[in-house]
Amino acid sequence: MEFFRNTNIDFLGKKWYFLSFSLIFSVAGLLSMAFWHGIPLGVDFRGGTLVYVKYSHTPDPDAIHADIDRAGLKNARVQRYGLASNNELLIQLDIQETSEQALDKGKTQIIQALEGRASSASAGKQDLNNSSSLALANYLLEKDPLHLGMDANPRYTAIAQAIVNDRDKVKSGVLDSIDGLKGVVDPAVVASLGDGFFVSDFGIRNVEIVGPQVGQQLRKQAILATLYSLAGMLVYLALRFEWIYGVAAVLTVFHDTLITVGVFSLLNKEISLTVIAAILTLIGYSNNDTIVVFDRIRENIKLLRREKLSDIVNKSINQTLSRTILTAGLTFLTVLALFLFGGEVLRGFSLALVIGILIGTYSSIAIAAPILVAYQDWRTERGQRPIAMPMRTGTGQNSPKEKIKV
Amino acid sequence: MNKNLTWKWIVIVAVLVVFVLGVFGNPANWSSKGLVASIKDQIHLGLDLRGGTHLILQVQVNDAVNVDSDNAIARLKEDMRTHKLSYADIVKPDPVNHPETVVVKGVPPEQTTDFKNLVTDRLTDYETASAPENSWTVSMKPSILADLKNRAVQQAIETIRNRIDALGVSEPVIQEHGLGAYQILVQLPGVDDPARVKEIMQSTAMLEIKQSLGGPYSSEQAALQDKGGVLPPDAVLMPGRSIGSTRDNESGENWYLISRASAVTGRDLRTAEPSTDENGQPAVRFILTSEGGRKFYSFTSGHVGDNLAVVLDNKVQEVAVIKEAIRDTGIINGRFTQQQVQDLSMTLRSGALPAGIKYLEERTVGPSLGADSIKSGVRAAIAGMLAVLIFMLIYYRWAGVNADVALIFNLIILLGFMGFFGAVLTLPGIAGVILTVGMGVDSNVLIFERIREELRNGKTPASAVEQGFAHAWITIVDTHVTTIVSAAILFIFGTGPVKGFATTLVFGLAANLFTAVFVSRVIFDWILSRKQRGEALSI
Repeated sequence: MEFFRNTNIDFLGKKWYFLSFSLIFSVAGLLSMAFWHGIPLGVDFRGGTLVYVKYSHTPDPDAIHADIDRAGLKNARVQRYGLASNNELLIQLDIQETSEQALDKGKTQIIQALEGRASSASAGKQDLNNSSSLALANYLLEKDPLHLGMDANPRYTAIAQAIVNDRDKVKSGVLDSIDGLKGVVDPAVVASLGDGFFVSDFGIRNVEIVGPQVGQQLRKQAILATLYSLAGMLVYLALRFEWIYGVAAVLTVFHDTLITVGVFSLLNKEISLTVIAAILTLIGYSNNDTIVVFDRIRENIKLLRREKLSDIVNKSINQTLSRTILTAGLTFLTVLALFLFGGEVLRGFSLALVIGILIGTYSSIAIAAPILVAYQDWRTERGQRPIAMPMRTGTGQNSPKEKIKV
Repeated sequence: MNKNLTWKWIVIVAVLVVFVLGVFGNPANWSSKGLVASIKDQIHLGLDLRGGTHLILQVQVNDAVNVDSDNAIARLKEDMRTHKLSYADIVKPDPVNHPETVVVKGVPPEQTTDFKNLVTDRLTDYETASAPENSWTVSMKPSILADLKNRAVQQAIETIRNRIDALGVSEPVIQEHGLGAYQILVQLPGVDDPARVKEIMQSTAMLEIKQSLGGPYSSEQAALQDKGGVLPPDAVLMPGRSIGSTRDNESGENWYLISRASAVTGRDLRTAEPSTDENGQPAVRFILTSEGGRKFYSFTSGHVGDNLAVVLDNKVQEVAVIKEAIRDTGIINGRFTQQQVQDLSMTLRSGALPAGIKYLEERTVGPSLGADSIKSGVRAAIAGMLAVLIFMLIYYRWAGVNADVALIFNLIILLGFMGFFGAVLTLPGIAGVILTVGMGVDSNVLIFERIREELRNGKTPASAVEQGFAHAWITIVDTHVTTIVSAAILFIFGTGPVKGFATTLVFGLAANLFTAVFVSRVIFDWILSRKQRGEALSI
């Protein structure tokens, strides 16, 4: 089976279509970043408090928001998180509520507000859905429902751990009722728990609190990492090829990053630390792709000395088309699997990769190659020797005395 | 099969065995449960897969500096009084931002030399500079200041580690956080109650220095007997081991009768460090705060000749004789070895938080989320891998089998690397594994496409394979090096989960260089060696 046997598409001829396509997306992205959604920064860079809560039933975000408002947290945002069937909410507090004087004050207030909805029958009792295994073990040690003697401590610690494991690993973090534990631990223990614990309708899945100092640090780190990556690329390519190849590759990667961030802005998806990691990865991937085409161009320049650069480039792209589409397709398949099955936590990350793979592949053909040719044409117009030939003495003309080494 | 090929096969099998060991370690039993358990031992899960708490704290180093400069002010005032030098006032103009700077106002010009000499002699860590209107700024020398701040952070790390150990957290991470100033990273896997941990980390009253009234006794009963069956009301029995005691009773615990009241607590201790006593023997030098010094002086001057017990967490660490009244600096000596002195200094230091800590970042992943993340990650990995494996089979036929074998090999080596290096697997790390599959298969595609091209141009299978590998090799190296460099930058600049991603990416790509080129080639050579002349290559 073979998809792309001996194609002969004039890619360079279509460069104006490519350019307009890129321009539309870039401009749309830029406009969105400037005037519409801005660049949506995640809590890692913005600072703030995030509390992910899972409910045992379908929660009502508006009612929860009202509760939190009443508790004095005015700028909270409450939204559904993930699939509707997960019954999860995300509660966000801004950086104002997240001062370093008392970093977790916002989180504590949220939890109190949520627990405040529980009925009066639960007064004085602890919430089993939000207790640590240590609190459970301490309670059991005190009440001693199994009348254990010498080895009470390790036994009750193990029982507490079993309860917590059942709650977290089997029942996804929220117990429906204390009786539901009857299959897991001794009934005497269950009865004893009923005296000291109640079961609320929610469990805290995940908490992220980022203070202003750390937010600023991470922003700086992200920018530095990106700049170093680009610089490294430029240097490596300039060494392996000519400097114009390095410049072309950097411009290509810049275009890819711009469009990816633009799409995030248009879709109002948050950019977190892992999204930055994905963007750096797609820079690497796009670069790979560009190098494959450049390698073939370099090889063909040596072979087909008499031809025009634009013909050589076209031929090179056609020759590598099979590999390019295949690799893009296969990598896209794996990244798509991530996007579909990888869960909500990786959603931003996998989205960045999905966009990145597509754009990265496209840009090697549509942006990098035309830049090379355009530069050479410009130099020829100015009467200079065309320089986009990756050899120290190469002129693109015949030079029988030259010895070329791979 | 020619000899070269045999050797190459041996190399491949050897590599396979080595890395399988890396994945499984040394399993207790070979059932499927035993194997899964041994994988869990070898491969460490990150916080986002295991559940746990991640904290970034900042040590308020200026607190420690303030303690030192407060001490300096007290000493200066006393010394100036003793030396009959006059001054109008001694203040700290900016204790918040410049705790190291003290201003002495109103020193008469004729006392300038005496004053400067006094500071040079008595406050060796400080230097003077003249200021307008007969004032002098006395500030800590910059190198001493930097040293003090760094030591404060190190001391805080040790203290916190000590306290976390008491909680019995498995595999905690407590280290300096390189991305910021005076910041500490604390990672506590499996801790589902950050409030309690934070409370414990910040508590201060764990070290006490009390008077020892009796002991060492070999048991509680022996102690009671000695005291006539009844303990004095102001004393309590405490277990302990006297490290440098004159009795060589190393085995088992001794009991001591310790007074309830403390002469000095952890609050009063500034630091402790290994030193030598007047005989040149190893000893521990401790430094108290100015307030602590005052208290200790009044205690020790009234108890010369008595025994002093250093108590950590209600366990006696050390008993020593009070030779003379001690103010803020003292030597604890006994028959210590150098090692014992280091240990005791560390114990003393770890009882004292040198400065306040402020929390900058807190992340808590509940174990339910961790378990779900593992499930989704593994599901996505299997889906992605299957898609690629099946596609390669369909598109490249028997060469596809070649690629699939290389891919599986790649995974084994990747996981083996992680096992050997003790690398941490995070959720983005699992994504990195999936990505490695996608990018790794690219190498195979490059080679196979080239082989197809050469075959189309009329080359023989053997020649086509050789040309394919030769031409593709350069490109493979280029692409792998650039991505590995990218991943290395990610590793340096990234935090926890992102580091995990960079790790799997780098290991995966490195493994790929081996499998896609060496292993694939060997398989091709083996297939070619079994073909008849003119038989086509299935690709």
